[in-house]
Amino acid sequence: MPSRTAQIRFVSSHPEVYEPCDDSFALVDALLADRTNLLEHRPTLCMEIGCGSGYIITSLALILGQEANGAYYMATDINPHAVKVTRETLDAHGVDAELITTDIASGLARRLAGLVDVIVVNPPYVPTPEEEVGRGGIASAWAGGENGRSVIDKILPIADILLSDKGWLYMVTLTANSPSDICRQMRQKGYASRIVLQRSTEEESLHIVKFWRDFDTQGAASDIYSVKKTGHANLVESLLSQCSQLSFWRHNNGNSS
Amino acid sequence: MRLLTHNMLSSNIKGVANGFPLRIEVEKVVEKQVDFNADFLKNMFAKIEWKALVDASRSMGYSELPGDANPSMLDSDDFLQKFHHALLELHLEEGALVCPETGRKFPVNKGIPNMLLHEDEV
Ligand SMILES: C[S@@+](CC[C@H](N)C(=O)[O-])C[C@H]1O[C@@H](n2cnc3c(N)ncnc32)[C@H](O)[C@@H]1O
Repeated sequence: MPSRTAQIRFVSSHPEVYEPCDDSFALVDALLADRTNLLEHRPTLCMEIGCGSGYIITSLALILGQEANGAYYMATDINPHAVKVTRETLDAHGVDAELITTDIASGLARRLAGLVDVIVVNPPYVPTPEEEVGRGGIASAWAGGENGRSVIDKILPIADILLSDKGWLYMVTLTANSPSDICRQMRQKGYASRIVLQRSTEEESLHIVKFWRDFDTQGAASDIYSVKKTGHANLVESLLSQCSQLSFWRHNNGNSS
Repeated sequence: MRLLTHNMLSSNIKGVANGFPLRIEVEKVVEKQVDFNADFLKNMFAKIEWKALVDASRSMGYSELPGDANPSMLDSDDFLQKFHHALLELHLEEGALVCPETGRKFPVNKGIPNMLLHEDEV
């Protein structure tokens, strides 16, 4: 059976392009673990924002494989070297994706609005001085500004525009990014969320969060406490407790970073 | 760049109201065969701006698509084959995408469109 993820020795590289790292592996592991759901989801359009070396979009195409009959893959990066490297990585694995050099999904968001079924993002999430964000080259691979949230906070509303009604977003976050706060923001836009994978490395504690539109939460989001004790309320409560669990992690890990 | 992607791209320059469709300037077109998938095509049909696809495929040298299309045509295998070819098998390898309003060119190299804006365009 062919390998289900991209193989490091076939991943192309360039001095100014982010090499697959713990965060990349964590996201791919989360996608692998969710493979059965992804296949049932039957995505038509899949997209990666910030594809870097191409490790993740290539892996997604391999994970879904032939069984995801005719899914169409697209990937963007703001770094022109990255999309070229991604092309080589895709070719080396015999899979295909459409590549666009652009800022997040600029030029695509208007026509692709509501059409994307799966979005994957490993954003630049490292807390840095704001001036370091978007300087280009390798620095834009990790520089995330205050709390590492600058680029993340730009991506989220765009992901919301792009995602179809059944769309899923998988995103890498760091404890320092306050995943709980991200969950809360997304809940206001009507998304439920779940941490699908958590992994602590020597330097960081990574959370892969999956978001999906929850039409039950949407109404509840604006007025959580007035919701009657129904199934919906329980759902909201479990979400809330998830987020407080997150803030618990944050308080415990926040000092180390 | 496939024409499905072209159909999803608009000019993102600040102040541009009608940035779609981008006109295609062709330097090099390549054809790559992909597996035919009727379900995918039927799924995509409603999302495609037909006229933009017809014009784009013409500028790439393919003029088999009917000028108008409606969902009843999806029953025709002949139609689906042509739609498939135009949408997925024609690639703009080298050339440019031109903003219909400002004439600004977005280069396409090695099949990758570059939509990055200059500072005064954002
Ligand atoms: C942490 S790296 C991840 C690379 C790759 N996806 C991986 O997981 O190995 C973040 C990537 O996002 C890209 N990036 C940063 N800001 C961006 C933006 N505004 N729009 C698109 N891509 C961006 C960087 O160039 C970099 O390739």
